[in-house]
Amino acid sequence: MSGYIPNTQEDIKRMLDTMGISSVDELFVDVPESLRMGELNLESGKSELEVRTIIEELALKNKQYRTVFRGAGSYDHYIPSIVKTITTKEEFVTAYTPYQAEISQGVLQSIFEYQTMICELTGMDVSNASVYDGAVAAAEAVMMTQERKRTRVVVTDTVDPQVLTVVKTYCDGRSIPVCVVKSSNGRTDIEAIKEALGTDSACLLFQQPNYYGIIEDGEALVSLAHETGAKAIMSVNPISMGLLKTPGECGADIAVGEGQPLGMPMAFGGPYLGFMASTKKMMRKLPGRIVGQTEDAKGNRAFVLTLQAREQHIRREKASSNVCSNEALCAMTAAVFMASVGPEGLASMAKSCFNKAHYAMSKLAEIPGVSLVYNEEFFHEFLMTCPVDPACINKALAENGILGGLPVDGKILWCVTEKQSKAQIDKMVSIVQEVCCK
Amino acid sequence: MNTPETLKYSKSHEWVKDLGDGRVEIGLTDFAQDALGDLVFVNLPEVGDEVKAGDQFCDVESVKAVSDVFSPVTGTIEEVNEELADKPELINEDPYGAWIIRVADTADTVELLDAAGYEAVCAEEE
Amino acid sequence: MKLIFERTSAGRHLNLLPECDVPEFALASEMKRQTKPFLPELSEVDVDRHYTQLAKQTHGVNDGFYPLGSCTMKYNPRINEEMAALPGFTGIHPLQDDEEVQGCLEVIDRLEKALCEITAMDHVTFQPAAGAHGEFTGLQLIRAYHLHHGDTKRTKIIVPDSAHGTNPASAVMVGFDVVNIPSDDKGCVDLDALKNAVGEDTAGLMLTNPNTVGLFDPNIAEITKIVHDAGGLCYYDGANLNAVMGIVRPGDMGFDCVHMNLHKTFSTPHGGGGPGAGPVGCKAFLADYLPGKLTIHEDGFKLVTPKQTIGQVRTFYGNFLVVVRALCYVLSLGKEGIPEAAKGAVLNANYMMHQLAHDYDMAYTGPCMHEFVMTLDKLHKETGISALDVAKRLLDFGIHPPTMYFPLIVHEALMVEPTETESIETLDEAVEIFKQILKEAKENPDMLHGAPHNTPIGRPDEVKAARTPILRFER
Repeated sequence: MSGYIPNTQEDIKRMLDTMGISSVDELFVDVPESLRMGELNLESGKSELEVRTIIEELALKNKQYRTVFRGAGSYDHYIPSIVKTITTKEEFVTAYTPYQAEISQGVLQSIFEYQTMICELTGMDVSNASVYDGAVAAAEAVMMTQERKRTRVVVTDTVDPQVLTVVKTYCDGRSIPVCVVKSSNGRTDIEAIKEALGTDSACLLFQQPNYYGIIEDGEALVSLAHETGAKAIMSVNPISMGLLKTPGECGADIAVGEGQPLGMPMAFGGPYLGFMASTKKMMRKLPGRIVGQTEDAKGNRAFVLTLQAREQHIRREKASSNVCSNEALCAMTAAVFMASVGPEGLASMAKSCFNKAHYAMSKLAEIPGVSLVYNEEFFHEFLMTCPVDPACINKALAENGILGGLPVDGKILWCVTEKQSKAQIDKMVSIVQEVCCK
Repeated sequence: MNTPETLKYSKSHEWVKDLGDGRVEIGLTDFAQDALGDLVFVNLPEVGDEVKAGDQFCDVESVKAVSDVFSPVTGTIEEVNEELADKPELINEDPYGAWIIRVADTADTVELLDAAGYEAVCAEEE
Repeated sequence: MKLIFERTSAGRHLNLLPECDVPEFALASEMKRQTKPFLPELSEVDVDRHYTQLAKQTHGVNDGFYPLGSCTMKYNPRINEEMAALPGFTGIHPLQDDEEVQGCLEVIDRLEKALCEITAMDHVTFQPAAGAHGEFTGLQLIRAYHLHHGDTKRTKIIVPDSAHGTNPASAVMVGFDVVNIPSDDKGCVDLDALKNAVGEDTAGLMLTNPNTVGLFDPNIAEITKIVHDAGGLCYYDGANLNAVMGIVRPGDMGFDCVHMNLHKTFSTPHGGGGPGAGPVGCKAFLADYLPGKLTIHEDGFKLVTPKQTIGQVRTFYGNFLVVVRALCYVLSLGKEGIPEAAKGAVLNANYMMHQLAHDYDMAYTGPCMHEFVMTLDKLHKETGISALDVAKRLLDFGIHPPTMYFPLIVHEALMVEPTETESIETLDEAVEIFKQILKEAKENPDMLHGAPHNTPIGRPDEVKAARTPILRFER
């Protein structure tokens, strides 16, 4: 039998005999004959070896780079060996959502620990068990801020364009107005934001560091939102939290972000991890699963899914979100990552990203025609002018096994992480120089 | 089941206590709290909110259920029992002491029952 | 057991990265984080042993029978995991040029074609990350379709009362009002109720078929026709596709769009609650509204944005590594294996139902599909033993309990879905255990009220957890 079915024809016969029927088809009596299909137009089932060959060949058709200077929502960080070995343990991989707490303490405790770490990372009070990705986290955060008389969403255009699109798609359904505020010089325009916020605005959403890598004035933006009674949502890069002022320190109401840099491979865009944390005041508005601590009858510490009455399986059409599953294994990945690097490791990783990006920028800026587009402080991404077609630069880099920055309107958005050595940066710079000065 | 004679009741399981001067106190009945089980959260309205007879003004959560609470009267919420925010169990422990809101300037009411009438409604539901 | 924060010892760390080999650059102090995060300080062995202990307190499909109704906890093949971990997939940046990611695009294209064939749809988007996310996406397509045709009055989505809670919740997220319709005494759609519910304001219907009580609705063609005649569209919640794949297709039943749960039907693991994937398929007339980018094949694979796209429901192309796993599964099963899996799932469920029917009350009689629902209402009234007590006692025998108290229309429900990847021996053993528990219920109810007895913890106090939420560790 194929399909990972253990029962043999003899087993099946025994089962049918027990039930007093002659064929499995009799069990499908309710399926009208007229609707049934003939044979599927697919190939025949294959052996494991054949499947392996096909898939391995597909993987080989991709160009994998050893050195990556591209970010823009997906980041190449070092993934400790232990992160991979722990998160491939079969118990964690094959379990379902921990509905039965008595045999799911492992998953539940790991999520509780993850929630704690996300709170520590962002400086917030409470965290949920995660959602699908950073963009969905931002969209769900926007939904958390909806009030009867305050619905309008104010968002700066320095937010990752994909995040912005997802937020708009989510708002579209409920006819929530989204006001996108133009930036100035690559940074959120404080005056324009002030203008855009009003007594009808539910929230202000901004990103730290922003899409161009620039560090926004988080405290000022949060204060502006609060002055009009709107909530402040800060979408943050988790690695930058080892260095930059946290949403908690800025006074934000909700912190969200893409957790991929915390131990998840780039993997052509997923699975990733949306983290969400908020002030205690907004705890009951958080969507999705949340794990809480309690006790069993004997007084042992125990963990359970809690505050479930917020959720769709109880509230149905009155629920504010339909989120059902979280990204538990990705949340565990992030937790193992954070436990492995520790507080010092996270700080030095962030500082290393910052230093290396600044070093790369300073070297690139020595090339004629290459300069920073926005002269603002940045974290590990930066937009630079490009005297030639960015495609030419990236082609030359590609020939040397280097993925160059992302072309953006004739400019290049570069990203440097702790993974790239000085030698790799120097090599990249020399290739860029060669192309530009040809 | 405890159903004090001094109170009035709605069919949707709220009790109403007349405080005079057009003011009333509203809470959940003993029957309701027993059916809901251990309450874990009361989603309280705010002082100043308008309530309308027959409309929902609050919801209460148990571990595995959520239930709407309806206002038997039209009026303005004058006071909210903030103690319930931290101690929802008060409704389980003392349903007729644990009022949820006090409403002023009451106008219409839904059909209200006396204790005997309400007990009959409960008996039917059981 | 200890929390990871309780194992911390100042100064411990792993040696992961070299010293930074570029000069130091200064950051203005007002931009800097003021306080260090309290993350654990551990050696590698501390981290490793901590999670090994957590793994021992986690029950996965490999630990034993997992008949969790509606969740399709089938075996997760090993080859799928190995293939999803290939560096040629994990090391690919999602914003590389199309020519550099031909392998990834071919993976997406091949699975899209296979899923279209299985569901009788014309296109599939892999952006949705889960079933509920797929529902949200599919309903957005329906909304966009009506709006694009100037049909602004279609604001209502019809949902049967037996539906998963995500259905009404998703409908509201897309701005629809929900019209709940009752099920008939067989748990199927009440045709009269449906006829009364549809009208000029009907945007569509959401339906699971087989439905949530494990029955195939024989009137399905008439149901979708009633909705179509009223001008609405039909959404297929693919949660229960495992029962019918390769046998009958949602598109042929009259559905216009569907979501599939790759983590149920297509054997990708659940990961303790994700990552899964909820790709959405649709008929050609809805394809222009799909979110994200679609893969087309002309002179190599290319990514294109649909013309009237609803936008994006996620970044990039969804949970790509889950797509790799599902493709492995589809290739392994092929045209014969897919219907065989469905038949195996239906056979196993019926066999178990048959073997239990003498002792337990079934909510619905007659052959079921891939799952069946028992009602312990009578037992509860007679002995005080609830569905919860029986479920908790199963834990002592190493069996993950069935889904409890769902669907909501059945009292004291236990919903059993054995899946096709369990052998007759496993089913027979489980049946004996169910019978023994019934005996215990009558002879020693107190023991059941106190169950489980052999698990790392006893029943947790959920009321305490919800009344005084402790959601993080505090120093």
